[in-house]
Amino acid sequence: MAVEIDIEHVARLARLELTPDERERLRAQLGVILEHAAKVGEVATADVPPTAYAIPRSNVLRPDEPSASLTTEEVLSNAPDREGDRFKVPRIAEVE
Amino acid sequence: MTELCDLTATELERMLRAGETSSVEILASCRSRIDAVDDRVKAFLARTDDLAVDQAAAADARIAAGDAPAVAGIPLALKDVLSTAGVATTCGSRILETYVPPYDCTAWDRLRADGSVLLGKTNCDEFAMGSSNENSAFGPVHNPWDLSTVPGGSSGGSAAAVAAGEAVWALGTDTGGSVRQPASLSGVVGLKPTYGLVSRYGLIAFASSLDTVGTFTRSVRDAASLLSCIAGKDPLDATSLDTPRRDYTERLEEGIAGLRFGVVREAFGEGVEPGVRDSVRAAVDRLDGLGASVGEVSLPHTDYGLSAYYLIAPSEASSNLARYDGVRYGLRVDGSDSVEMMTKTRGAGFGAEVKRRIMLGTYALSAGYYEAYYGQAQKVRTLIIRDYDAAFAGFDVLVSPTSPTTAFPIGAKVDDPLAMYLNDVFTIPANLSGTPAISIPSGLDEKGLPVGFQLTAPVLEESRLLRAANALEQAIGFDERPALIAAV
Repeated sequence: MAVEIDIEHVARLARLELTPDERERLRAQLGVILEHAAKVGEVATADVPPTAYAIPRSNVLRPDEPSASLTTEEVLSNAPDREGDRFKVPRIAEVE
Repeated sequence: MTELCDLTATELERMLRAGETSSVEILASCRSRIDAVDDRVKAFLARTDDLAVDQAAAADARIAAGDAPAVAGIPLALKDVLSTAGVATTCGSRILETYVPPYDCTAWDRLRADGSVLLGKTNCDEFAMGSSNENSAFGPVHNPWDLSTVPGGSSGGSAAAVAAGEAVWALGTDTGGSVRQPASLSGVVGLKPTYGLVSRYGLIAFASSLDTVGTFTRSVRDAASLLSCIAGKDPLDATSLDTPRRDYTERLEEGIAGLRFGVVREAFGEGVEPGVRDSVRAAVDRLDGLGASVGEVSLPHTDYGLSAYYLIAPSEASSNLARYDGVRYGLRVDGSDSVEMMTKTRGAGFGAEVKRRIMLGTYALSAGYYEAYYGQAQKVRTLIIRDYDAAFAGFDVLVSPTSPTTAFPIGAKVDDPLAMYLNDVFTIPANLSGTPAISIPSGLDEKGLPVGFQLTAPVLEESRLLRAANALEQAIGFDERPALIAAV
């Protein structure tokens, strides 16, 4: 059975504006894809451990030595908007 | 007529050293081919002509001085998800249309240092999500074998460029088959190395636990040569493996006598076109004559791998693509506050498939669903790895078709995402398990379209994989070329 999804809620979590058409199409398509994807539950039994990386590595360290990095100008070179050496964005917090 | 741009890199390397040609001449040949066909193929999003001229001249000087690595002077194309300092890198997306990276990806950095010549950046599915190249915000790529069909994806531009003689070789990326599947549909050799063998630094992330940098070439030897330049430990990628740089062409001609080949049973069932099945079976039949042994093997969780992939990859993508928020780079659409700005920016900047996967991944990771979807998919990943462990206990190399079909008409599957995802059913397991795999042409189907033959070896057994592919390539002797080239 196709899965029912709260499209508006998921779109809000993803910070993704969708048109009414897109919402309808995604509701149908994601339902079918998830129905197929839910097949994983048929074989993923409790005794099977999960794998995040096929070739696991842990504690990959390097010497803690300073090295060259991008300049401030390079970092800001693609900014849609800036003020001095900072990225500029619309207001984040409510103003009293 | 065969021109310089149609030769293998190996042959061009020989000619360069013998003084029979120059990098400047090879570059000119590639450029005239691009001029002749790319208005129809549309493999390139951007050309780096001025840069290439300087690089070719510098390579010629190094070759003349007797100080030139194997890749020096050979023109290359890069998929547009690989960062190039000072050269726009769009990922085939409106959201990065104006993005110019301030640094090079490691793979290109190594090639550049060795004298490679950059022709330009190639078209691809947006953020490498797709199997047909129809998800590029800048229009589809057309398969040089039949311009009404897709070249495969997501690295469709790189595959088509090599197939059409626009580039001698190219790099792509392979997260679920995005090098091997387009190589198969476009009649070229596509190699996906072991996960972590080639640094992902500067590869703009799609699904970090699956993403690999791979090669498009006209021969297996060329693939070995290109891999030798880009493989090996990189401190800038924490998932890069502790492998020294080495020459993968060294043991290429040792043959395959005594090697045990396992034919994957699940890869010849329903949904595989007869033309694909017949061509791959005929290639398998050649193995006996080469002194190898052949048996049947099962990868029983293949179908579940597809389901797991379409949970894991979108989940990782939804997290990775959170960075496109209109703040530091790329598109910004104004809003009354930051959240509205981000929401509108992402709505305007991403295409349909990317939105689909962000939504899918966000849902699969959301509270209440995480365990049922993402958690279960990670368990299936374990089962896929166990499938391979069992198969490689009895066999040295596994073989299957690369893709269930040959090239399909542009537009045929765009409205049916699930049908599109099925293109990757035989390529996805190698990404989930980290194993290296290669697609080589096995022949043409009844429509005259190329069929791809996939070989898979255990983790870090690239040398064995390439040796097997090289022997089969010689036995098959595929020397067809797209009609498009003959007409130039």
